[in-house]
Amino acid sequence: MNAPPKAIAGVSTFVDDRIGAGNFLKRNLRKIFPDHWSFLLGEIALYSFVILLLTGTFLTFWFKPSMSEVPYTGSYAPLYGVHMSEAYASALHISFDVRGGLLMRQIHHWAALLFVAGMTVHMLRIFFTGAYRKPRELNWIIGILLLSLALIEGLTGYSLPDDLLSGAGLRITQGVAQSIPIVGTYVSFFLFGGEYPGHDIIPRFYTLHILLIPGILLALISAHMILMWVQKHTQMPGKNRTEKNVVGAPFYPAFMIKSGAFFLFTFGVIALLGAFAQINPIWLFGPYTPADISAGSQPDWYMGFLEGALRLMPAWEINFLGHTVTLSVLIPALVPLGIVMTGLALYPFLEQWVTGDRREHHVCDRPRNNPHRTSIGIAGITFYGILWLLGANDEISANFHIDLYTTTWFGRIAVFVGPAIAYWITYRMCIGLQRKDAEVLSHGVESGVIKRMPNGQYIEVHTPPAEDIAEHIRGKKEIPVLTSAEDGEGIPPKGARSALGRLRAKMSEAYGTDRVPLTDGHHEEAHEEEHAGVGGGDRKELH
Amino acid sequence: MTEQNEYPESGRVPSRVIGTPPADAPIADTDPIRAPEGVPGVIPQDPVKARKAERLVALLFLVAFLAGAGFVASYVIFQVGTIDKTATSNLALGGTLALALLSLGAGLTVWVRQIMPKYNLIQERHEMRSDDEARGYVKETFLQGAEESGFVKHRLLRRTLLLAAAPLGLAPLVLLKDLGPLPGTVLRRTAWGEPTKDGKPRRLVVEGTGQPIRAADFNSPGGILSVVPEGYEEDLNALAKATLILLKFRPEELKSGTNLNWTHDGIVAYSKICTHVGCPAALYEQTTHHILCPCHQSTFDAADGAKVIFGPAARPLPQLPIGIDEEGYLVAKSDFKVPVGPSFWERGDAEAEVRENAS
Repeated sequence: MNAPPKAIAGVSTFVDDRIGAGNFLKRNLRKIFPDHWSFLLGEIALYSFVILLLTGTFLTFWFKPSMSEVPYTGSYAPLYGVHMSEAYASALHISFDVRGGLLMRQIHHWAALLFVAGMTVHMLRIFFTGAYRKPRELNWIIGILLLSLALIEGLTGYSLPDDLLSGAGLRITQGVAQSIPIVGTYVSFFLFGGEYPGHDIIPRFYTLHILLIPGILLALISAHMILMWVQKHTQMPGKNRTEKNVVGAPFYPAFMIKSGAFFLFTFGVIALLGAFAQINPIWLFGPYTPADISAGSQPDWYMGFLEGALRLMPAWEINFLGHTVTLSVLIPALVPLGIVMTGLALYPFLEQWVTGDRREHHVCDRPRNNPHRTSIGIAGITFYGILWLLGANDEISANFHIDLYTTTWFGRIAVFVGPAIAYWITYRMCIGLQRKDAEVLSHGVESGVIKRMPNGQYIEVHTPPAEDIAEHIRGKKEIPVLTSAEDGEGIPPKGARSALGRLRAKMSEAYGTDRVPLTDGHHEEAHEEEHAGVGGGDRKELH
Repeated sequence: MTEQNEYPESGRVPSRVIGTPPADAPIADTDPIRAPEGVPGVIPQDPVKARKAERLVALLFLVAFLAGAGFVASYVIFQVGTIDKTATSNLALGGTLALALLSLGAGLTVWVRQIMPKYNLIQERHEMRSDDEARGYVKETFLQGAEESGFVKHRLLRRTLLLAAAPLGLAPLVLLKDLGPLPGTVLRRTAWGEPTKDGKPRRLVVEGTGQPIRAADFNSPGGILSVVPEGYEEDLNALAKATLILLKFRPEELKSGTNLNWTHDGIVAYSKICTHVGCPAALYEQTTHHILCPCHQSTFDAADGAKVIFGPAARPLPQLPIGIDEEGYLVAKSDFKVPVGPSFWERGDAEAEVRENAS
């Protein structure tokens, strides 16, 4: 093809004449995107969001966000004639009287679960590879906002069908809101338009769920994408990859089509789930009444850690000058979420404070190469994970025949001990992996060839590692350490004299000190080292 | 290539319009990283393999077409209405949709990976910060603009502007006031305290059936019943506070925590609304007399005033004073003495107040 088809050339010329799109395309058509499987995790979230918008719009065509009571007259026979809210009746209508309605409902729900899951693992990838570092702190904060908003979006969404399960979630939300000191009762009354449950909460949540929050999500996601585009994607360490370049495939045509294919895969997998994996069968739960509940009520997965925190908390309520502070609700509702979200949002800045590192970073860290960060991350996952797991302690108790209160007590202790153990294990693993890396570089990899030495000793010959692996390992960067050493006259630098300064210097030293420096530089040395290795006896010997 | 046949030979192309790129060249032709085949960073595929892959891609696209057509056909063929019909329709629609999407995605992936060249292109990065000249220019311009606007010089202007903005900024918050009524004391009352039309005490009725309960008929020790106030069977706001669990004990089973004056013949009524965050505490274990809330496993001892024996709830389930009317039906003698349900700031230590009043 020597010239673009007339249709494309004509349109391009028309657009370029008017907005000068050519200059933009000139710079961006061949924008380079680096490749790594973990870079696709965020795309899962992005495409789930698109699917949510598509299926959600479909659902709004029939859903009636009203709490007015109507007798059910649809085709689901077991509930015929039962009085229920219009919201629940219309959700049943979508499920049983609209072709494809059930599929769209199930795809919408599965996509919501995958949306938050995709965001979460994407966030973890960013954390563990240090991709939040300068200049990407702003995008990191946007990401944390997106995750928080997604939780609220999910909560407002699964409250809408007004079945018995969704009502239980609303009741807990209301109970938590009411527990807030000073303003809690007002917050609850303003949110619900009076007493619980009232007649306003579903229309209000509906507006939040389909207009306000998706609007903000859309705006923030766009900002997230634009910043990623402008700052260019990070890359994994490897051959020819530096802080000054980006190596990979061009947007047009390769990355564009790959992304399109990945959207189709995401949609396809969610469609499979929607077709074959039942989710939220609201017709089995019946209409909501505050007088009833079914055992084993569970929220969607992303609310599980809050549920677990509520379950683990021992009873604690204080009366303070004639007022009630119900700590057994407040602490689990606010503290774990606060620790996780605030900790995440502040981490880039805390790390900069500790390391004093103000440089730009575009090459990702391998998690092992920043052992303290990785350990903090795993400790956080453990903290979250234990709360999440214990959010289903009744199911654990019922399915594994463990005493219910034993599971609670296990959780109460594990939520403190678990992260500490996880931190230590992770740290040791990182150091071990670094040692392995250093060994691969300095001694090469096992070749499987056994050699007999003149003196009768057997050794396994090691060969230098493949170039790409070696380059990947050599991508390890030192973590800066604040200089806290005393100068010639025994006076530490100004910043390190206060108690906070000393702590900072100590943390910086612990965080940045490289326990396993890579000794190897060049391949020529590898050969010499092999000989040295035989004499030194650090070969694997077979006697 | 077939595209060339559709495209007219150069003689029929209109002469170039000034300001547009030549019609025979793509507009992005000058891109510095564009690399023709044979250039480092763009590694072409083996043509034999590529031809094989082309057939595979075409097959996958064909499957996608058939599945997509199957989706449309399923929509027409499979109706909904009953559970079974809906299930069939769901499987047909979802299965064909998933197959269409996945085979299309798979086709595109094979295309990218086995027909398009492999890329290892390098693009330079530039530091994000602007250079010092740009920064200096912005700074100067900002200062100049601030000076020109007079915002710095005219203090009165500045202050009255801020003053003018303040109430407008508050206006959206003020507008939210009518989202709900003020709580007042409504959380301290339930439907059990509302006067009945005929002035008689309000009867306890079974949730769901609305049947009043004759004390003599509710005589199986260990029984548990979910009970609501007569006249409020369908009022969800009332039920959210007034729903009860009704239990019957043998006299020797009841412990000191239960107020015997508020029972009738071993029948005790507790609020069903958990004092933790308000779920109905609906599970009952007959042998231990434990009431368990399924949401967060707060456990209450029904024989001992529903005091908390495990879990996050901090207060017992309030007990409702009950008795019987002249026909022998269970009635509420008064409202709860303490607010039911989850705690709230204004609640205070209502239990202590009740104890003080009693002594």
